[in-house]
Amino acid sequence: MKFETVIGLEVHVELSTESKIFCGCSTEFGAPPNTNTCPICLGHPGTLPVLNRRAVEYAIKAALALNCEIADWTYFARKNYFYPDLPKAYQTSQDDHPIGSNGWVEINVNGKKKRIGITRVHLEEDAGKLIHSEDGSESLVDYNRVGVPLIEIVSEPDLRSPDEAYAYLEKIKAIMLYTEVSDVKMEQGSLRCDANISLRPVGSTHFGTKTELKNLNSFRGVKQALEYEQKRQREVLESGGKIVQQTLRWLMHEGKAVVMRTKEEADDYRYFPEPDLVELKIDADWKKQIADTIPELPDARRDRYKESYGLSDYDAGLLTVTPEIAQFFDDTVKEGAEPKAAANWIARDLIAYLKTGDYALEDIKVTPKNLSDMTKLIQKGTISSKIAKQVFQELLKHGGDPETIVRERGWIQISDEGELREIVRSVIEAHPQSVVDFKNGKDRALGFMVGQVMKKTRGKANPQLVNQLILEEIGS
Amino acid sequence: MKLTKEQLEKLADISRFSLAEEEKELFLEQINQMIQLAEKLQEVNTEGVQPTIMGMPIANRMREDKRRPSVAREKVLACASDHKDGMFRVPAIFEE
Repeated sequence: MKFETVIGLEVHVELSTESKIFCGCSTEFGAPPNTNTCPICLGHPGTLPVLNRRAVEYAIKAALALNCEIADWTYFARKNYFYPDLPKAYQTSQDDHPIGSNGWVEINVNGKKKRIGITRVHLEEDAGKLIHSEDGSESLVDYNRVGVPLIEIVSEPDLRSPDEAYAYLEKIKAIMLYTEVSDVKMEQGSLRCDANISLRPVGSTHFGTKTELKNLNSFRGVKQALEYEQKRQREVLESGGKIVQQTLRWLMHEGKAVVMRTKEEADDYRYFPEPDLVELKIDADWKKQIADTIPELPDARRDRYKESYGLSDYDAGLLTVTPEIAQFFDDTVKEGAEPKAAANWIARDLIAYLKTGDYALEDIKVTPKNLSDMTKLIQKGTISSKIAKQVFQELLKHGGDPETIVRERGWIQISDEGELREIVRSVIEAHPQSVVDFKNGKDRALGFMVGQVMKKTRGKANPQLVNQLILEEIGS
Repeated sequence: MKLTKEQLEKLADISRFSLAEEEKELFLEQINQMIQLAEKLQEVNTEGVQPTIMGMPIANRMREDKRRPSVAREKVLACASDHKDGMFRVPAIFEE
């Protein structure tokens, strides 16, 4: 029997406000434990929460960017559960009237576009952080994170493979970055993800029994955990077994998931309206004001690059993953670089370099003007594209004027015919066999001779010219 | 509507209450009296009436996103029954 995979993701995104959602404590990451707390976020008796306007506006902004309908009337609810990460024994969240609902994002996997539905986007407070002692004798609690504003984005079960789940997460991340509502750093916990996965026979319209995966600490972790669980479920089903509804904990280093708990009945959080907060009305004016602050989003930017500059879908996609890279590209073009050349350098060399050291754009020295100037040097024939690779490495590390670098290093391309012809002659003389080979139809022999000339000139010879001269000299 | 003993035990469990048998009997009786009282309200026709979230007819009370000093950690931890390394210390908890 052939099975189809059904995946739904719950993504939590911390909003980058200055202060917490219901009090003035700082939301800064990495402060010493329990130094960003007060009686409100610690839930001391007699304190009252007051809603942070920016947290609401960021939630609306994110929901709009995810194509959601925005509730015109909403309120907060208490989600009750006992666990030491919540000092109040409830989390202030939203229940049946989330700020956003019925949204979607578009993903692109292997050139296939697909819309993934978003069930809801709601606003809530984050919980504290527990540190379990290694011997299991105690747990320590840091409440700095309690009360940091959070949105929960729940997808429809529209994802059909771990690759689609990965693409969906990338898209959510990009939209959060473009709208600047979050820094979405998974390693700092400002983006977290839980995944639901089930299998069903192809053609079936009913969902199979699902399991929930937790502790997914990276995008790659999400993909690996889903691949693992997909395989496990398929093996169970193929051998005639049954899937048990469970919550599983992904162990990254061991590459497997272990059972955290088996669900016998649905969670019972006994939601009820939060009596300490007033209701929230979102009118058309407020919504419009917020909508006007949403910049061009990744999909629109990608389409613009394709239409205006003739870039491939793949390159345009790479350039628009983060708003910083996209801006760098726009600025390079504005400095006069030919768009396709600029796109190539950024999508290949620049992004590759960022990945080697996990650098951010602000960590590297090259500016859009530097890159633009360099592409002009290639266009003018001052340097070969091979030398340009070296120039670019120099620019990445130290920045500077490409023309000065090229002059100081003596990297200017040799396009002097007389000078090159002499070198070409010496190479032909030294490799008579190559000439014979070439005349016998071995095209590779020509490449070899060009390579020899490049070697003698330390990469500075103009390759087209060398090619032409060799052909002239061997009389072909 | 009547609360059953099983429902009461479940409620006690998720609220982390440990109840003695005679307490269960007593609370069951008392809670059921309260439910009876509330049931009277169900007779009122509320069709088309938006649920009341809060008693006061106000909405959108918000504060600007400004930081205010937090409370000194010694003071915060002084309220804890136990603490260690600047953190609240609680009995060992297994993840959920």
